[in-house]
Amino acid sequence: MKLSLRIWRQKDRNTPGRFVSYEVDGVTPDMSFLEMLDVLNEDLTTRGEEPVAFEHDCREGICGSCGFLIDGVPHGPRRHTTVCQLHMRFFKGGDSLTLEPWRARAFPVVRDLVVDRSAFDRIIQAGGYISAPTGSAPDANAILVPKEAADTAFDAAACIGCGACVASCPNAAAMLFTAAKVAHLNSLPQGQPERDERTLNMVAAMGREVFGTCSNHGECEAVCPKGIPLEFIAALNRDVIRAAFRRRREPLHVIGAAQHPAHEDVCESNSAQKESST
Amino acid sequence: MSESLRNDGRVWVPKKKGDTRRPNDIPESERDYYLERRYPSFGNLVPRDVASRAAKEVCDEGRGVGPGGHGVYLDFADAIARLGLDNVREKYGNLFEIYERITGDDAYRVPMRIYPAPHYTMGGLWVDYHLMSTIPGLFVAGEANFSDQGANRLGASALMQGLSDGYFIIPATVPDYVATAKPEKVDTSHAAFREAEEDVRRRTDTLLKVDGRRTVDSFHRELGRLMWDNCGMARSDASLRRALAKIPELREEFHRNVRVLGTGEELNQALEKAGRVADFLELAELMCLDALHRAESCGGHFRVESQTAEGEARRDDANFCYGAAWEWAGQGQPPALHKEPLAFEYVHLAQRSYK
Ligand code: SF4
Ligand code: FES
Repeated sequence: MKLSLRIWRQKDRNTPGRFVSYEVDGVTPDMSFLEMLDVLNEDLTTRGEEPVAFEHDCREGICGSCGFLIDGVPHGPRRHTTVCQLHMRFFKGGDSLTLEPWRARAFPVVRDLVVDRSAFDRIIQAGGYISAPTGSAPDANAILVPKEAADTAFDAAACIGCGACVASCPNAAAMLFTAAKVAHLNSLPQGQPERDERTLNMVAAMGREVFGTCSNHGECEAVCPKGIPLEFIAALNRDVIRAAFRRRREPLHVIGAAQHPAHEDVCESNSAQKESST
Repeated sequence: MSESLRNDGRVWVPKKKGDTRRPNDIPESERDYYLERRYPSFGNLVPRDVASRAAKEVCDEGRGVGPGGHGVYLDFADAIARLGLDNVREKYGNLFEIYERITGDDAYRVPMRIYPAPHYTMGGLWVDYHLMSTIPGLFVAGEANFSDQGANRLGASALMQGLSDGYFIIPATVPDYVATAKPEKVDTSHAAFREAEEDVRRRTDTLLKVDGRRTVDSFHRELGRLMWDNCGMARSDASLRRALAKIPELREEFHRNVRVLGTGEELNQALEKAGRVADFLELAELMCLDALHRAESCGGHFRVESQTAEGEARRDDANFCYGAAWEWAGQGQPPALHKEPLAFEYVHLAQRSYK
């Protein structure tokens, strides 16, 4: 089948971008969306035009590299599906689709559909670890893990850090991502020694980036390819309060840090970014 | 799909060649559960090299399923009947979901179609007992090194080696190195740095300047095909020599005819890929050379000349009981072979049998 694509082309962070239209032919229903872009890129290269940059690695929905907006929806129209797992059988010949990168101030465009998500890395660095004795083999089953805790941690760990939650949020907030990362380790016995520190540090790290503030729209949950539920955000809020009390810190101080980039500011910059196409 | 699925799934193909009926329409009596038949005691749990080869054999016989005939069924009907749907979902739900995304099929109701594919290379960078490479201070942990993987990769081996190196070895050896090494103060004005930088620049410029007619992907695909056909699940002296004749030709064409657009100043994915494919062209040649010199079958390395009467891998311990470490001898030079003898203290060498 043949498709019409309008794709965001942008040379680098400082050069203004624009939409360019392409036709791609020879697409088969069993191709993935990224394989369809491979076909386009082969064709562009042969014609002497630079290929479209997009991120990908595993192409099986587990690494979190891929992701862009298809007709305004992160990862496209299928629920719980990354673009690499989205197959062309869900489209028909003649469809015209608009592809653009995540739009959020915290995720500046690197090139075309590729954005810089290192803000996520800095949040993980702030608390995505546990202390573990190393050097000699620990006894098996020395730490018992309740089944429920293991399941919760596993569900939270399903977050692949793709950034769709931020891209879909009218505030460009990173709450669902941060909540999943905090819950992953906070749910497990191994995560208890640093539990409060982790919560406060990761929330503070989120506050230092230019994400907006959560106002419970729930768009993140709707687009998350891994089905991370909003409950994790509620759990994060509980953990922040718990940590603040247990560590006898002022809760307002922490929450203030998370809210630091003014809500309107981020909203405006998002929509401004869309219009001015930079 | 993950190999863990073979814990509960049963592998089969139709007994008849070219049977195009839907899997659920093929009665039990017309199915060949070939792993259970050939390996009654291990059945579907034979190691992956054995399972892969067996899948290849039944497909080569013309009994493969699905379009193209490169597939065998992995069937969960019995597991669901025995354990219940919920238990199967609990254990393998995420894998079934991946399968559904790719194929659009519900594997709880129709068997999966699977086929072996290359996944990792076995082996890796040479390291010493401290996991330090031949470059002082450069440690290599996890599957990037050669230390734990032998001729076969077993289930969850990436995780296993990551954990054992990360928990038990690196925490002792890296601090030891840092504590005893006396590094001089270096910065980017160091001659070695400038040399390396110049090297990278030269390499990048060379790739950008070729401006040929073929895309990087087309070379990558051709090389992949060449390796699949000649250095795949079954290799022979003849197929390896064929590959060793073709790879240098392909490499020569790559450097003469590849097309990489853009510059090296901004993100350029085609340029990144070109660098990697250039590396693959070197590595592929080394893999074929290694496979050619090892005239025995061992684990995933199946030399058709070296098999038992039943078609199983036959090792030659008298001549090949060593790990082969190949030393890079410089551009255009054949690599040098270092043999690392294998010593067995507790478990002794024997012919594998999964019957
Ligand atoms: S929470 Fe979901 S949408 Fe957000 S980064 Fe994780 S996987 Fe992606
Ligand atoms: S490429 Fe890894 S999740 Fe899509």
